[in-house]
Amino acid sequence: MTDEARPSHYRPPTPWRRRLLRWEVFLALVVAADFAFNVQLSPYFLSTETLADVSFNFTEKALVALPMTLLIIAGEIDISVAATMALASVCMGLLATTTASLSAIVGCGLAVGLLAGAFNGALVTRWRVPAIVATIGTMSLYRGIAYGILGDRVLKDYPPAFAFFGQGYIAGPVSFELLLFTLAAVLCALYLHRTEFGRRLVAIGCNKTAAEMAGVRVNRYRFGLFVATGVASAAASVLLTSRLGSTRPSIAQGMELDIISMVILGGVAITGGRGSIAGVVLAAILTGLAIFGLGLINVPGVVVSLLMGALLILIVGLPIVGQRLSRTRAWARLRRTQV
Amino acid sequence: MSNNEPSANDPLLQLSGISKAFGGTQALESIELALYAGSITALVGENGAGKSTLVKILSGIYQPDGGRIALCGKSVRIRSPAHAQQLGISVIHQEAVVFDELSVAENIFVTARPRRWGLIDWARMRRDAGRLMERLDCPLDPGLSLRELSVAQKYLVQIARALSHDARLVIMDEPTAALSHHEAQLLLRIAAGLRDEGRALLFISHRFEDLFAIADRYVVFRDGRNVAEGAMPGTSTETLIQCMVGRVIERLYPKRCIALGEEMLRVSHLSRAEEFADISFGVRRGEILGVYGLVGAGRSELMQSVFGLTRAESGGIELDRTQIRPRHPADAIAQGIAYVPEDRQHQGAISSLSISGNITLASLGKFTRHGWVDGERLTRTAGEWAQRLQVRYASLEQPLSELSGGNQQKVVLAKWLLTAPRVLILDEPTKGIDVGAKAAVHALMGEWVQQGMAIVLVSSELPEVLGLSDRVLVMRRGRLAGMLDRSEADAATVLRLASAA
Amino acid sequence: MKAARLWIRLGGSRHDVGLALLTALLFVAVAARYRQFTSAVGLRDIFDDTSILILLALGQMLVMLTRAIDLSVAATVALTGMCVALINQAEPQVALPWLVLGAALLGAVLGAVNGLLVWQLQIPPIVVTLGTLAIYRGTTYLVSHGRWVNSGDMSPSFLTLVRERWCGVTFLSWLAIVGVLFTACFLRYSVAGRSLYVAGNNPEAAGNVGVDVGRAQCLAFVFNGLLAGLCGYLWVARYAVAYTEIASGFELTVIAACVIGGVSIAGGSGTVFGVVLGCLFLGVIKNALPLLAVSPFWQMAISGAVIVTAAALNAAGTRAPQRQRILEN
Repeated sequence: MTDEARPSHYRPPTPWRRRLLRWEVFLALVVAADFAFNVQLSPYFLSTETLADVSFNFTEKALVALPMTLLIIAGEIDISVAATMALASVCMGLLATTTASLSAIVGCGLAVGLLAGAFNGALVTRWRVPAIVATIGTMSLYRGIAYGILGDRVLKDYPPAFAFFGQGYIAGPVSFELLLFTLAAVLCALYLHRTEFGRRLVAIGCNKTAAEMAGVRVNRYRFGLFVATGVASAAASVLLTSRLGSTRPSIAQGMELDIISMVILGGVAITGGRGSIAGVVLAAILTGLAIFGLGLINVPGVVVSLLMGALLILIVGLPIVGQRLSRTRAWARLRRTQV
Repeated sequence: MSNNEPSANDPLLQLSGISKAFGGTQALESIELALYAGSITALVGENGAGKSTLVKILSGIYQPDGGRIALCGKSVRIRSPAHAQQLGISVIHQEAVVFDELSVAENIFVTARPRRWGLIDWARMRRDAGRLMERLDCPLDPGLSLRELSVAQKYLVQIARALSHDARLVIMDEPTAALSHHEAQLLLRIAAGLRDEGRALLFISHRFEDLFAIADRYVVFRDGRNVAEGAMPGTSTETLIQCMVGRVIERLYPKRCIALGEEMLRVSHLSRAEEFADISFGVRRGEILGVYGLVGAGRSELMQSVFGLTRAESGGIELDRTQIRPRHPADAIAQGIAYVPEDRQHQGAISSLSISGNITLASLGKFTRHGWVDGERLTRTAGEWAQRLQVRYASLEQPLSELSGGNQQKVVLAKWLLTAPRVLILDEPTKGIDVGAKAAVHALMGEWVQQGMAIVLVSSELPEVLGLSDRVLVMRRGRLAGMLDRSEADAATVLRLASAA
Repeated sequence: MKAARLWIRLGGSRHDVGLALLTALLFVAVAARYRQFTSAVGLRDIFDDTSILILLALGQMLVMLTRAIDLSVAATVALTGMCVALINQAEPQVALPWLVLGAALLGAVLGAVNGLLVWQLQIPPIVVTLGTLAIYRGTTYLVSHGRWVNSGDMSPSFLTLVRERWCGVTFLSWLAIVGVLFTACFLRYSVAGRSLYVAGNNPEAAGNVGVDVGRAQCLAFVFNGLLAGLCGYLWVARYAVAYTEIASGFELTVIAACVIGGVSIAGGSGTVFGVVLGCLFLGVIKNALPLLAVSPFWQMAISGAVIVTAAALNAAGTRAPQRQRILEN
C-alpha cells in the first residue's frame, strides 16, 4: 500500500526536524550574504545605531508573525491582522483624545485586539467558516470600521509617554520593540518545541480529525491561537502607532501579506504541520536587513516589495528547480525542506 | 468486442517480464501474467506485494521499466488512463475515484462524456447513465449529486463507469472491502455476469470466501513476484495464505479461555436522533464483545457516542459503575475508554507525524510536568511500545506514512494502549492490513483481555467476529437486533439478524 | 419542491436561491424608499458599475474551482492597464483593437507565470500569487517611473469605447454579459471546463481519470490573467487615469464576491450565476449607500459584514457534519 503508490522521482524524506534545520541553515546563509551586501552598500552600516535602526524594520511585523506561525502550523491563517492593527490604533487614538491614562490607552488597544481575534476564532470554530474566507471578511470589516469611525481624519493626541513603546531604547542599541520581540520569540519557541501544547498544535496541523479523536481539544487551540494573533496584532499596533506618533485608518495597509510572506520565508508549510520559530526569526531578520539596505540606496517602497516578492518565490522555488536540473541527493534533501 | 476474436486458449492480455522500481524499491520484478476472456482471475498477495502497482501499470498511470504487454497478441504501450480505456481496459481502483460535487451521470462518464457538435450532451449522458444503473439493479436519479449516495452506491457508480465503455478487461481492486455482505453478494453477481458476457476480469481481494465463490483461476504475488498460479477449485485458503506469506500461519482466530470479571462498561438505552435508538449492552472485564452489522447499521455512530465524539441525546453510560457523560474524546480517554477508528488513513493515523509523535499523542500528559515535555522519556516510552507491538520501523522519527498498513495500525494501537484504557473499542481494526499483521493483532487482543481489559470489537468480517467474540451484538438499522452468546452464534443466525427486513 | 429541483437541474444550487432572494429583498427595500433606484437607468448603471468586478470574479472563480487562489489579479490589472495607457500616451495612433488585444495577451502571460510556477514547481498558489502580487505591482511602478497617466494624456477613442452605448447598454456592460455567457458555456459544455471541477473536487483521484490537476490550475490562471488583462484596459479607460496603486486591494473584493456567490474555497463547486449574484449584491450595496446617506467610508465595513454573514450562512448550510440517516421511522 504505502510502498507501491510512489512516483518515480520519490526519495525518502529525512526526518522533519533535520529537514527544517537545513532550511534554517540555508536562511542563515542568505542572511549573512545580505548582511555582507549591506555592508558594501554603506560604510555606516556596521555602527550600532544603524543596526538598532534595522530592527525597527521588522519587529512590528515579526511580532505578529510569531503567533501567525503557530496559527499556520495549526493549519489556519489570519489575513485580518493588519486590519486589527488599524482598528486597535483608531480606538487608542480616540481614547487618547480624552484624559485617559497611558495604561488605559494601551489596555484599550489590546482589548480591541483580543475581541477581534475572538471574533475570528468564533467564526472559524463555532460557525465553521474556513479561516481564509472568515478573515478576508473580518479584514474588510475591521478596517472598514476604522475608516467609518475616522474617515479621512488623523489622530495625533497621544500622550508623550506613549512614544516610548515605538521609539524608546532599553539599553544601548536595544529598542523596546526589539526586546519585546525577543521575549515573544523565546516564549513562542519554547511553547512550540518544548511543551505538550506545541506538540498537539503540530498534530492538529497535520490532521485535525485524527488529533480530535486522540483527545486533543482542537477547537480550543484554534480559538486560542486566533485570540493570541489578535492580541499580538494589537501589541504591534501599539508599537507602530507609537513609532509613527499618529493614527490614520490606512495604517499598516498591506502588512498582512508581508507578515505571511515572512512566515513562509521562515520555512513554515502553508498547509500546516511543519515549521519552526527559529526559521521565522531568521526570515524576519532577513526581511529587516533587506528593507533597510534597499532603503539606504533609496529604493522606493513598492520596489522593495517587488524584490521581497521575488525573493519569496525564489527561495521557495529554487530548491525544486535545483532538483530538476541536477538530480543529486543534496538538492533532493533541500527540496524536502521547503513548503 | 474485438475484430479478431481470440480463441479460448489465447490470452486476452499477456504480461511478460514486467518490472517497475521506485527509487530504491523494486515494486515488481519479471511479472508473468495471462488473463483470458470469459474468465475471472483472482490476484492475491499481502500489502506491498505489488498488486496496486500492477493495476496502475495496466490502467496507464505508470509505465513499466521493462517487459512486454500484449493485447490479443499485439504488443501495446498503455500511455495514459484515456488510452487504457480506448484499449478496452477498465479499472475500478481501491481508493474511490468519485467526485462528490458532480452528478451520478457525470461521474460515470467522467472519462468519456458524450458530445454533440463538440459540446457536451448532458441529456444523452443522463439517459445512458440511467440505463447503466438499471442494468446494475440500482435505479438512481442520474442527476443526483454523488455526495448524497452511500458508499455501496458510489461503488456501483464506479462499476457503471467501467461498463460504460464496453471494456474487454475489467480490473477490480478490493471491490468488496467497504461493502456489506448483501452488497458484496450483489457485486459478485455482477462480476460473474461480466464474465459470462465474455469479458476478462482481474479480481483483487483479501476475502477468500468471495474469491472461492467466483474466481476461475488464481495468481499469487509475493514481494513483487508471482509465486504461484493455477485453477481456483484446485486450491484452498490455507494453501493460498501459505503462498502469500511464504510460511504457515497458525489458527487465524486464536481464542483463549479466560475468566470474565465484573462488568466494566454498561450502556443503557442510548439514543441519538437519526443514528441509533435504545441501545443497551454491557461488557465485562476480560470479555471481547463483537458488534456485527451491515455497513450503515450505526455501529460506528454508536461507538463514537460512547467515546464522546458525538453526544447521545438520551440514555446513560456507566464505567465501572460510575455514570459518565463524555463530551469530548479527551473526557473519554481520561475515564479510560479508547476508540480505534475505522478510517485509519484519515482518523486513526497522522501520516506526516513521526512514529513517536503518533504513539504519544493521546497521552502527552504522562510526559510533561507543568506543561514541559520530557523528550527523552517520551521517545523511550514510544520505542518500548513500538517494540512490544512488533512494529517494523527504521527510526522512531520517521513519518508514519513510510510504514506499511499493518505497521501503521500497530502504531495506532500502541497510541491507544499507552492511555491504559479499561475499555478498548476497536472499529474494523484489521481492515486493509495483510494476513500476518492481522494475526498479530488478534494475538495481541488475546493478551489484553487476559490482562483484564474489556474489548468491543466492531467488525464486518463475520469469521473474525465469530472467532474472537465471547458474545455477539447484532445491530440493524440503528437498533439492537440481537445479542448472542458465543455458543449460539453462527454465521446464518447472525446474518439473519443483521439483515432481516 | 419541483421548482427547486428544476433550478438545480439548470445548474443552480440551493445556495443561489437564497442569495437571489436576499439580493432581491435588499433591492426591493432600497427601491421602496428611493424610486430612482429602480429606474432602468439606475439598474443599468449598477450593472455597468459592477461589470469589471464581474469579469474579474469570473476569472477568479475558475481559479478557485481548481482549489487555488489568485491574489495577484489586482496587480495584473494595474500592470496591464498602465502599459496600455503608456502606449496610448506615447503612440496615440496605435489602433484601439490592438491595445485591447495586447492588454488581454499581456494579462494572459502574467497569468501563465502564476500558472507555470504552480504547475511545474508545485509551489502553493497562495505563495506564488503573494509573490507575483508584489512583483507585478512593483513592475507597474518601474514601467511608469511612478508617474501618472491622466485623461488628458489618453486619446479620445481610448476613453470613449467603454462608454459607447449599443441598444442602450454600454460596451463595458456588453463585455461583462459576453463574459458571463462564455464562461457559463465553457464550464458547462466543454471538457476543459468540466476538468476544472474534477481537478478541484478530488485532486488525488483526478489523475486516475486523466485530469492533470496542475495543468487545469495553469489553464485557470491563464484564463484569469487574460480577463484581468482585459480589465486592465477597461479600468484605466473607465476611470480615465493610470497610476501605480490602481485597484489596490481589489483582489480581496473579487474573492469576496466569489465567496458570497457560493464558490467554495476548497474547490470543485461554484456557479457563474452565483458569482454574478455575488457581484451584483456588492454592487447594490455600494450604490445604495449614497442614497441612504451613509458615508462612503462605511462601505468597506458593510462589505465586510456581508462577507462574514454570507460565509457563515454558507458554512452552516453545507458544512455541518451530516448525520447519516440510519434510523427509519
